[in-house]
Amino acid sequence: MKRYLIRRLLQALFVLWAAYTVCFTVLYLLPSDPVSLMVSGGAEQTSIDDAQLTALRAQYGLDKPIIVQYVDHLWHALRGDFGVSVQTGRSITQIFLDVLPATLQLAASAFTLALFLGLGLAYWATYARRLWVRQMLLSLPPLWASLPTFWVGLMLIQIVSFRWGLVPATGDDGVSSLLLPAVTLALPTAAGIAQVFAKSLRTVETEHYITTAAAKGASPTRVRLRHAARNAAIPALTLAGVWAGNLLAGSVVVETVFSRTGVGRTTATAVGTQDIPVVLGLVILSSVLFTAVNLAVDLTYPLLDPRIVSPAADPR
Amino acid sequence: MTESLATAATADKTDPVPAPVTPAPDREPATAASQSGRWRRAAVFLVHRPGLVLSAFFLLTVLIAAFFPTALTSDNPLRGSVAERLQKPSTDHWFGTDQLGRDLFARMVHGCARSLQATVLAVLVGLAAGALLGLTSGFLSGWIDSLIMRVVDLALAIPALLLSLALITALGFGTVNIALAVGFSSVAAFARVTRAEVLRVRTAVFVEAATSCGARRHQVLFRYVLPHACGPVLVLAALEFGTAVLAVSALSFLGFGAAPPSPEWGSLVSDGRGYLATAWWLTTLPGLTVVATVLAANRISRAIEGEREESR
Repeated sequence: MKRYLIRRLLQALFVLWAAYTVCFTVLYLLPSDPVSLMVSGGAEQTSIDDAQLTALRAQYGLDKPIIVQYVDHLWHALRGDFGVSVQTGRSITQIFLDVLPATLQLAASAFTLALFLGLGLAYWATYARRLWVRQMLLSLPPLWASLPTFWVGLMLIQIVSFRWGLVPATGDDGVSSLLLPAVTLALPTAAGIAQVFAKSLRTVETEHYITTAAAKGASPTRVRLRHAARNAAIPALTLAGVWAGNLLAGSVVVETVFSRTGVGRTTATAVGTQDIPVVLGLVILSSVLFTAVNLAVDLTYPLLDPRIVSPAADPR
Repeated sequence: MTESLATAATADKTDPVPAPVTPAPDREPATAASQSGRWRRAAVFLVHRPGLVLSAFFLLTVLIAAFFPTALTSDNPLRGSVAERLQKPSTDHWFGTDQLGRDLFARMVHGCARSLQATVLAVLVGLAAGALLGLTSGFLSGWIDSLIMRVVDLALAIPALLLSLALITALGFGTVNIALAVGFSSVAAFARVTRAEVLRVRTAVFVEAATSCGARRHQVLFRYVLPHACGPVLVLAALEFGTAVLAVSALSFLGFGAAPPSPEWGSLVSDGRGYLATAWWLTTLPGLTVVATVLAANRISRAIEGEREESR
């Protein structure tokens, strides 16, 4: 177990370093001149002359060779310092910590919702008695996956908030305002979970232990819940961990649609003003969250399947 | 095909005199018959799949809108009359009018060009770069393979939308930059699939035979490995089309696309946001068009995938 844990931890650190390197390359190497990009703040024209540009370049350390900049940034990032925003001058770590709770709340509710919705739908779709119900339910996940997130959000606002007046359309106070964004964010993930779970439920059906359980006189419900669903859930849960990253990415759109504060909205604003340090910081911090969730999923594997830690083929 | 060969063979048998100079007239009717049989089979195939026909028809309309917008609408997408502002959908204005009295259907049709070109460009960029990386990686193996695959793994460590946002920050705004950003963030997936296919095909007997016959490396790669490896990659490209429509319109919705007056699918939905309570059609109808396009593209790609699996 200890070796497994250390190996996973090292892998997670490698992924983080990798994400950092990719983002740094994209953001600092790709633009011809990061400074003029940043000071223009997304606008075409700048009112800054060359002398000021040079001074700014020195201030942000952009006059050094790129490899020195990279090592510098990495060293600071390792100590939790991602620099300051070009637009507001605030510390990026502080910006991130300010908006993180709202996004975590949204993502966690969306994830829970997606899990229930996806697993429930797939279970129902597989075991519904009537053929047309099964077919209708099975056609839902591909449909959900084809809906643009921003449009789903706007449709929900239009119908649930404006026509029915049930919950507030925008803002972030209380559970009622969390409902629509969470549903919007959950739909694509729920679609994925439902597709995977329905598929593995069908695969599991032909396994011998299902026949055995039924032969031993277990009721159909017991066979389905205790034997089929339990085994079929493993792949769906694994992928659900991977999709946690998509929830963070999706929050960019959802928080913009519902005018909520959060990591996503801050990212969208930073991209809009081409605030390179903020974008780098937010993408990296999102990868940290993503990696942490996946590490947690990896660490629950041994609980589900002990063979993962001590493979039978291991000679020791 | 086998049918026509069989008829040709029997024709040869009944005619003991070898006449290799004029076999073509004998075969002509047979091929024509199998041709019409093929058409009939295709017709039966399509009649049994109305959804597929509908999808193909819709995508065709969208393509016409993208390349010949004036064929579908004569209204100017940029000019409107204020007297006709915020009108409901009617026979005059199929999709209604916006706050400046511009015809929404005309704006959708003209927006097709940008949105669809961006989508196609994104898929092409992902396909070309990813296939090239995957081919190189799978065919050369060794340290180049490990290097490329490590880089691909790195790119997969970041969610696609966040990676495209980072790319847009660096590249700047605009339809083309959106397309490039979406395309580059899908390179890794294409590289993965291509490499897997190349590895599968590489060990096939016919590739070994070609190598043992003295074919050069590039000949083996392009004449033998590539044609057999491209199937699943093209299926992925078809699937990626729907994903790319969604990604491109999401980025355009966030305001990173073309500058305001020119219409795009995502920005049209975003423009209608302020009128959710009063003019539902401004957000609903452009969004529905995007949904229909994605559904149609996915339906067609699933059909291609299904056919491939059946023929295997």
